[in-house]
Amino acid sequence: MRPARRPAYGVKGAPYAFLVPAALLFALFFALPIGYAAWLSLHRVEVKGLGLGSGAREEVWAGLSNYTDALTDAELLHGALRVLGYGAIVVPVMLGLALTFALMLDHERVRFAPATRLAIFLPYAIPGVVAALLWGFLYLPEVSPLHYGLDRAGLPQPDLLDGGSLYLALSNIAVWGGTGFNMIVIYTALRAIPAEVHEAAKLDGCTPLQTALRIKVPMVAPALVLTFFFSIIATLQVFNEPTTLMPLTNGISTTWSPLMKVHRDAFAENDIYSASATAVVIAFVTLTLSFGFLRTVNRRTRQEEAAR
Amino acid sequence: MPKAKRRRLTAATIAATLGATALAACGSDDDGDAEAGPAELTYWSWAPGMDKVVDIWNKGPGREEQIKVTVKKQAQGDELVTKILTAHKAGKAPDLVQAEYQTVPTLVSNDVLADISGEVGGVQEKFEDTVWQQTTLGTDAVYALPQDVAPLMFYYREDLFEQYDLDVPETWEQFADTARELKQKAPDKDLTTFSATDSGLFAGLAQQAGAEWWTTEGDSWKVGIDAPATHRVADFWGGLVEEDVIDNEPMYTPAWNKALNTGKQIAWVSAVWAPGVLPTVAPDTEGKWAMAPLPQWEAGEQTTGSWGGSSVGVTTDSDHPEAAAKFVTWLNTDPEAVAALAAEGGIYPAATAAQTTGAFDQPPAYFANQADFYDRATEIAKTTAPSAWGPNVNVAYNSFKDAFSAAAKSGDKDEFTAAVRTVQQDTVADLKKQGFEVAP
Repeated sequence: MRPARRPAYGVKGAPYAFLVPAALLFALFFALPIGYAAWLSLHRVEVKGLGLGSGAREEVWAGLSNYTDALTDAELLHGALRVLGYGAIVVPVMLGLALTFALMLDHERVRFAPATRLAIFLPYAIPGVVAALLWGFLYLPEVSPLHYGLDRAGLPQPDLLDGGSLYLALSNIAVWGGTGFNMIVIYTALRAIPAEVHEAAKLDGCTPLQTALRIKVPMVAPALVLTFFFSIIATLQVFNEPTTLMPLTNGISTTWSPLMKVHRDAFAENDIYSASATAVVIAFVTLTLSFGFLRTVNRRTRQEEAAR
Repeated sequence: MPKAKRRRLTAATIAATLGATALAACGSDDDGDAEAGPAELTYWSWAPGMDKVVDIWNKGPGREEQIKVTVKKQAQGDELVTKILTAHKAGKAPDLVQAEYQTVPTLVSNDVLADISGEVGGVQEKFEDTVWQQTTLGTDAVYALPQDVAPLMFYYREDLFEQYDLDVPETWEQFADTARELKQKAPDKDLTTFSATDSGLFAGLAQQAGAEWWTTEGDSWKVGIDAPATHRVADFWGGLVEEDVIDNEPMYTPAWNKALNTGKQIAWVSAVWAPGVLPTVAPDTEGKWAMAPLPQWEAGEQTTGSWGGSSVGVTTDSDHPEAAAKFVTWLNTDPEAVAALAAEGGIYPAATAAQTTGAFDQPPAYFANQADFYDRATEIAKTTAPSAWGPNVNVAYNSFKDAFSAAAKSGDKDEFTAAVRTVQQDTVADLKKQGFEVAP
């Protein structure tokens, strides 16, 4: 035995040895499936004749045709526009509410803060599908207490699952479910602001509103950026709510959002090839949008720092 | 170029790994064809109570033959087809699968269902020709054995029809008049609804009108959705929606359940399985419903379509196709088995002799007021029009949902006509994309 050599060897190899589990998991459960999806997206099925019996179907190279199909698909574009419209409601309303609630809870004279915080956060704990079903009941005129009340009061009863109000109905579910989570993130950042900052502001004669707008909000900007970033990703991946509400109404098609189209192609029409291509496109757009946003924000922060 | 380019980069490694599994599974097909047993078979089914029926086999005939069957309960619908196709890709499909008739061509086209014509000689006569033809696809092969049929019928609230002095419609023209009459007498009620989410019902109505959505011409498929028979059905329902004498919201929603339970909707065009659905949908109206034949396009005719119905097939992945075929034959033709299917699973059997066995002496509990329920059902089942399914029914059905949802929402009859064309175009485009030859 030559004990002197072993530590030297071990130290050299250690970083790699420590990396192995992570690298292996990453390769198995991330890189490999994505690679397989990319591989599928470059193929398609070719049928011969009537396509009955064995050997009638063959997987052939498709080049980029699945991608050109996806990118020129009007329905996919419409789906993307619908999701953008939906996001334009969800993100500002949800984050606006989350920030407002967080600031209110952070106010020093607020009462019942823990209970209120929990109450606002609770909907986040409800699974998306259950939330959508729950709201679906409230939206359907025949079974909704809301419509019953409107009917009793002699007021017009809007169809919430159609046209423009459908966007509001769907956004409402997302806002209801997501506000609490974002509020907690912002609230935690608010609690991290040192007490002397508050004191200094108070001594300088800041009103609570001024403290909130001029001091607290700028100081939790990183948390706002983070929640915004998460919200964009969640919006672009909207699937649960429209899918759950789809059978209840004529207003939501099977391709309402891009992810629903992927799901339909892959699991209802057995075309995993074009579904993979669409999925890759969606992943690419999501990455570009979210990281594009992060870069812009980072650049601006750096410029501001430089200006100081 | 295609083959050369396929092997590239890391993708090649993945492909090789996956390909190897598939190939290994392919080779194991032709092993035990000399003898049926001993064998252990797995069976994917969604029929309720199927495990109990299979128990009878495992304790009786299966024991003698040394063929043991295990049921794996599945969810019904498009996703099961995807699941089977995926399992087959990995060479791991179960020995036996339950398949709705309209999915048989898709499964055959993906080489999932084995031809068992050699093993099931002589069973053809036990089924109606129109049913049998759905499992052979008009060829000499037999890809599955029929299990249950689902002829369309007209269900109505007997008490409310009496209250509003309405006649049970025998033709679609009378059906439309009934809808108008009801609207006049009770403006807040609807005879029924046009449900854009139920492609299968519309397909059945088109089938009754004589539509043949998929047929073959030599080596090419012909899609006949955009044809007079389909338009006749679409125009009819579109007209009723445009007139606002029926509802236009989907079925199987909480709102629809309530409408049936409270008598806001007083009729339902449905299939023979409706007695299994109504108790949960409209529990408060038990004994108030009655069943009549589906209205006809011409007075004096007797034709119906179907909404659902399924068969059981043996997969090409099975190591024991003979044993599997033996079990399928027993399951769907043996009197004891079929009686158990009816009793345990509440299914309406495809085997004609089984439709008149003791299990169907009594009407379903929900229809206790209609003693001859199953006698009439048997008569109606005999009048089922032939159906014509193709390899991409799923695509047509999804296209239907989207196109007809928009049409129903618009409440414009012309939109219904346009929707039929959209479904035709989507279906043809998909066939062509997959490489099928499509006859003009």
